[in-house]
Amino acid sequence: MDRANYERLRWRCIRRALLELDITLTRFLDGGEFDKLNDEQQQAFVELADMEDHDLWDLINGRAEIDDPRLASIVTLLRKS
Amino acid sequence: MSIPVLKFDAVIVGAGGAGLRSAIQLSEAGLKTAVLSKVFPTRSHTVAAQGGVAASLGNSEEDHWTWHMYDTVKGSDWLGDQDAIEFMCRKANEVVVELEHYGMPFDRTDDGKIYQRPFGGHMSNFGEKPVRRSCAAADRTGHAMLHAMYQRNVKANTQFFVEWMALDLIRDEEGHVLGVTAMEMETGQIVIFHARATIFATGGAGRIYYSSTNAFINTGDGLGMAARAGIPLEDMEFWQFHPTGVAGAGVLITEGVRGEGGILRNSSKERFMERYAPNAKDLASRDVVSRAMTTEIKEGRGCGVNKDYVLLDITHLDPATIMKRLPGIHEIGLQFAGVDCLKEPLPVVPTCHYMMGGIPTHYSGRVVMPQGSDMSAVVPGFYAGGECACASVHGANRLGTNSLLDLLVFGKSAGDSAVEDLKGGRAHRELPKDVADRTLARISALDNRKGGANVHETRLAMQRTMQDHAGVFRFSDMLKEGVSKILEVEKAARNLEIKDKSKAWNTARTEALEMENLIEVAKATMISAEARKESRGAHVRDDAPDTAEFPNGRNDAVWLKHTLFSPVDNSISYKPVNMQPLTVEPVALKTRSY
Repeated sequence: MDRANYERLRWRCIRRALLELDITLTRFLDGGEFDKLNDEQQQAFVELADMEDHDLWDLINGRAEIDDPRLASIVTLLRKS
Repeated sequence: MSIPVLKFDAVIVGAGGAGLRSAIQLSEAGLKTAVLSKVFPTRSHTVAAQGGVAASLGNSEEDHWTWHMYDTVKGSDWLGDQDAIEFMCRKANEVVVELEHYGMPFDRTDDGKIYQRPFGGHMSNFGEKPVRRSCAAADRTGHAMLHAMYQRNVKANTQFFVEWMALDLIRDEEGHVLGVTAMEMETGQIVIFHARATIFATGGAGRIYYSSTNAFINTGDGLGMAARAGIPLEDMEFWQFHPTGVAGAGVLITEGVRGEGGILRNSSKERFMERYAPNAKDLASRDVVSRAMTTEIKEGRGCGVNKDYVLLDITHLDPATIMKRLPGIHEIGLQFAGVDCLKEPLPVVPTCHYMMGGIPTHYSGRVVMPQGSDMSAVVPGFYAGGECACASVHGANRLGTNSLLDLLVFGKSAGDSAVEDLKGGRAHRELPKDVADRTLARISALDNRKGGANVHETRLAMQRTMQDHAGVFRFSDMLKEGVSKILEVEKAARNLEIKDKSKAWNTARTEALEMENLIEVAKATMISAEARKESRGAHVRDDAPDTAEFPNGRNDAVWLKHTLFSPVDNSISYKPVNMQPLTVEPVALKTRSY
């Protein structure tokens, strides 16, 4: 991912509607977890980051599950981060 | 340097509830309206509001706006302006029904009316018993509200400038407001938004505190811009706190945890609430619990390396009960405290939630400030609504579900007032020659400064200072020391250095610019809090205790007045509370008790 795309993604992760997501996503990016992902996983993360805040937080908090295994594997990482 | 100029009839800063509601009025009146937002509108912090919106619809039981008004005045500890409170409570039904027509999916009763539920502080018949007044859309009221209003704006051709940050208010020599300077984050380009009406709807500023439930976006940008333009900030000493946020994170731990048997403990594992509230113990009211927690921390019985939090213990409860009755708490502990709450207690601290003060406005949404002997002269061309504004309806403390009502009513009235003021065809006033100088100087200083202060460290110093010295329970000596400390932090905040000098998506620059706004709010809060030598609503001082002469520590003879903090010289002045409603008898002063 080039710098501009990464910085755009980062802004969209560090300024969410919900504090819970601000903290979780900032930690994931700034803690280096995102950098460890391969291209396909990074794309899955971008898709998750595009979700509505409540929907994404429900996934991370375990109140909801997602069928798509690509996205589910990233949710698992976010839960642990 | 030539700066591009974009001309609009109205420019609105902020696309949360208040901004979107204002924009509907302006765009539907046919005015060319721009809305600037740091994030996509439906990512605004209004999304986090779950409780509902108050309106005396009377769908579930008898209700009346005068009862709602009484509750709001009482909640405000009589600091709210009664003309503005009457205006808000009378308008509530209208704005809720309008929202329904915009497509808001309110919960319904069996016969199809908007379902209403009870909420703390909302009573029937002037404080007699709880009343069902809150209108909600499941637990996503704020989210649903934003979606409904965003769609309505799209239909009305409102122009959105998403991922733009407004930087400075433009005022001419006569004090008229002519728009804002702003930065497009994608390019770093600075642009002038030249407008006939400028509306601020920038939300809260809870990030001045170390522990805050507010999302990172709540950096008080509107207040910072107003302060830099010489406009005073009103009642900034009043901030609402929740007793239990996760220490270091701010994420809220529901009060249901104590309801289920959770116990607060200090560093020696003592159940300290037994000393402060022998009967209610951990189930004492919010303010009593918060005060006790703060006292434990101040007296050195806090936990952790910095002794700056206490523990919320549920390890004695049945794990199955915790998982069933307190869904999500286990995950919140793991995620934000690194603690398995089934085995270890959770670190908690009183946590900032809502700003009652803000940019002083009339209930029409017009911004007002002292001019000569007039304490509330209109600032021409300038309007504000929602959490960034102080009408003042929340006074010294806000009732739950009145914040969503505030942003609907005052967002709408700010929009209506702007439409009315522009009707006569008021032309764009000429931009001052130095229109963007301040903004360009700020950007240039950030780009060129060497050996300046680190943004993260400065923000942390501010947040620690605010948390320790102007938290939920305040001490005279700590406030005095806090004023000196925050003025020191201000020096650093005016001398920030960033390493990244790039133009596009430079989040380091954006965060530095946000810091320059936060410090204005923090300074106003600390100095206003130090100056008010009574307890009232959310401002509670150790040296203004509950006595027979001054119940709850409130001293109306001296302090029944609004604080105005002047950012020009850090001075304080006061203006009277408006005790005269528009059409009904005033709610007479009495002791606030529930």
